[in-house]
Amino acid sequence: MKKIIKYVILDILRNRIMIGYTLFLLIIALSVFGLEGNPSKGVLSLLNVVLIIVPLISIIFSTIYVYNSAEFIELLVSQPIKRRSLWMSIFTGLASSLCTAFFIGCGIPLLIYVPDATGFTMLGMGLLITVIFTAIALLASMFTRDKAKGIGISILLWFYFTLIFDGIILFLLFQFMDYPLEKAMIAFSFMNPVDLGRILILLKLDISALMGATSALFRDFFGSGQGMIIALLIMALWIILPLWFSVRRFAQKDL
Amino acid sequence: MKSISKYYHWLTCALIVMITLPAQAKTWRVSPKGKLPSVQQAIDLASPGDTIVVEHGIYKEKTITVTKPLYLLGINYPVLDGERKHEVLAIKSSRVTVEGFLVQHSGYSSYNDIAGIRVYNSRLVTIKNNKLFDTFFGIYTQHAANCTITGNELQSKAVTELNSANGIHCWKSDSMHIVGNKISGHRDGIYFEFVTNSLIEKNYSAGNVRYGLHFMFSHDDKYVENEFFNNGAGVAVMFSRGVTMIGNTFRENWGGAAYGLLLKEISDSRMEHNRFLKNTVGIFMEGTSRMKIVSNDFDNNGWAMRVQASCSENEIVGNNFRGNTFDVGTNGSLVLNTFNGNYWDKYEGYDLDRNGTGDVPYRPVSLYSMIAERNPATMMLFRSFMVSLLDKSEKIIPGATPENLKDERPQMRPFKR
Repeated sequence: MKKIIKYVILDILRNRIMIGYTLFLLIIALSVFGLEGNPSKGVLSLLNVVLIIVPLISIIFSTIYVYNSAEFIELLVSQPIKRRSLWMSIFTGLASSLCTAFFIGCGIPLLIYVPDATGFTMLGMGLLITVIFTAIALLASMFTRDKAKGIGISILLWFYFTLIFDGIILFLLFQFMDYPLEKAMIAFSFMNPVDLGRILILLKLDISALMGATSALFRDFFGSGQGMIIALLIMALWIILPLWFSVRRFAQKDL
Repeated sequence: MKSISKYYHWLTCALIVMITLPAQAKTWRVSPKGKLPSVQQAIDLASPGDTIVVEHGIYKEKTITVTKPLYLLGINYPVLDGERKHEVLAIKSSRVTVEGFLVQHSGYSSYNDIAGIRVYNSRLVTIKNNKLFDTFFGIYTQHAANCTITGNELQSKAVTELNSANGIHCWKSDSMHIVGNKISGHRDGIYFEFVTNSLIEKNYSAGNVRYGLHFMFSHDDKYVENEFFNNGAGVAVMFSRGVTMIGNTFRENWGGAAYGLLLKEISDSRMEHNRFLKNTVGIFMEGTSRMKIVSNDFDNNGWAMRVQASCSENEIVGNNFRGNTFDVGTNGSLVLNTFNGNYWDKYEGYDLDRNGTGDVPYRPVSLYSMIAERNPATMMLFRSFMVSLLDKSEKIIPGATPENLKDERPQMRPFKR
């Protein structure tokens, strides 16, 4: 298993796209902090990068990688290796190399410019989102053999998590405006890792509006240690569930 | 020439009288182990204009009533203790000065206004450099005029609004002078009702259960360089006209129903050089008209201003809006107020002729702030991609946000203060 992980990581790190992704993040992060005199404003600009671009790259890159290494996977399956450990090592390799890229690209500037709770939360959320979307990509690639379709599904999923889900929430909120939805909101936020990540970062950052007139409940819940642990568990669940389904599918799949 | 020398004569006489009068006043010494152990006894013995010096010690005399013009001076903060039953010091005469006492443990009551120091129907009373601890009302004046309350420290242990009362409470008073007091742990730090022509300066009101400053029906008062910090609901001012507020600081007033400053039914007033820092809402305006809000700083508030549609003819000019989550919120499409020449850090326009003023107007109300106003639960989507898309499209073609709410001359650079 270790050998496969090592091979996958080396293979990805040699990939030009990965180097480009790292450099892209690094340039954006440095210019954002360089241009804005106020680091907390820089964090806000970086927030969009973390919540939109990082999931996009993670999901697309992982999907393409799985399809491209279909022959390599077939070859390994013919060897005396458990399918489960093969799939897990591909996941580990992908996730760790994408995380490395994110850490070098965004994490290091964050640690330099905002070495406080906000910076650490953002770094942690970025890493978690990277891993979550890698897991989702692996699941997506199990649905179909066709590469184009698989990428299509990935893009749709990304679209759903960053845009459509929020649209549905907004719609529901206005449909059920007359009901007390505050508690339901916390449950809704668990259904989308991007929203959950954003709320956790914002609670560290933009507390004034969030706690102010409206969602003191959010702050009470996520601000407490218990709420934070629940949120992190939910994030972990978002990694484990897609991964578990994809492992099950891969184990039974006729390659 | 002759007439002038005659006046000189009179003047000299008057001067001599004025200089010799105080010399006739007697000084009474009260000390726990001396001949006079009771403050009340000394007051009864003294004649108007006398000085009563109270030495350090604890005096439990139920209510001490001052009925003639006297100068009460405490040495090393003698303690006047109300034993949690009584009003401690009642001033029922004009020209009384109370200085240097520690007044503590007044009674508590849900139907009587029991105070640490209470001034009844008097003029020219001075209450200075006292400490008040664990009192129900701190300093209470009713039907008073030209009184000075200065340099006092008031501290109480209020927990709920129902079981607590106000620090400095003035009712039906005129020309009061309230300077340099520190108030904490009361219901309202400073409370005015029907108080006119007064000056409130350099007070520090923090950690009160309800409001730092609260006034109603108090016209033509002036508030200068006060600081209101971390009060339950900030500062609330209502139903008054001719209010002047200069150089006050409103900061860190947090909470669901907290405001830096709540203006309700205020008219013909002026606000200049005030600072609003980290409040949930900097200024909340309701039914306010003909206000001039000039040269104030709004930094890092949730909403810098929430201007309800019931406000009219207010001028908001030359302010700095920096780091606020929302600059302006409103609840309707009717706008009768003027925003002009302010600095907005969210302004994205350009200045081609380089005159320091942006060439395109700035719209401080974002679509999302309107949505959040109508449906607070949508705060969950704050700063999501979806919301920024909505906001951007609204900026280009305003539909839901009030068309007229805009700053025609937004500044490119913040004002230096």
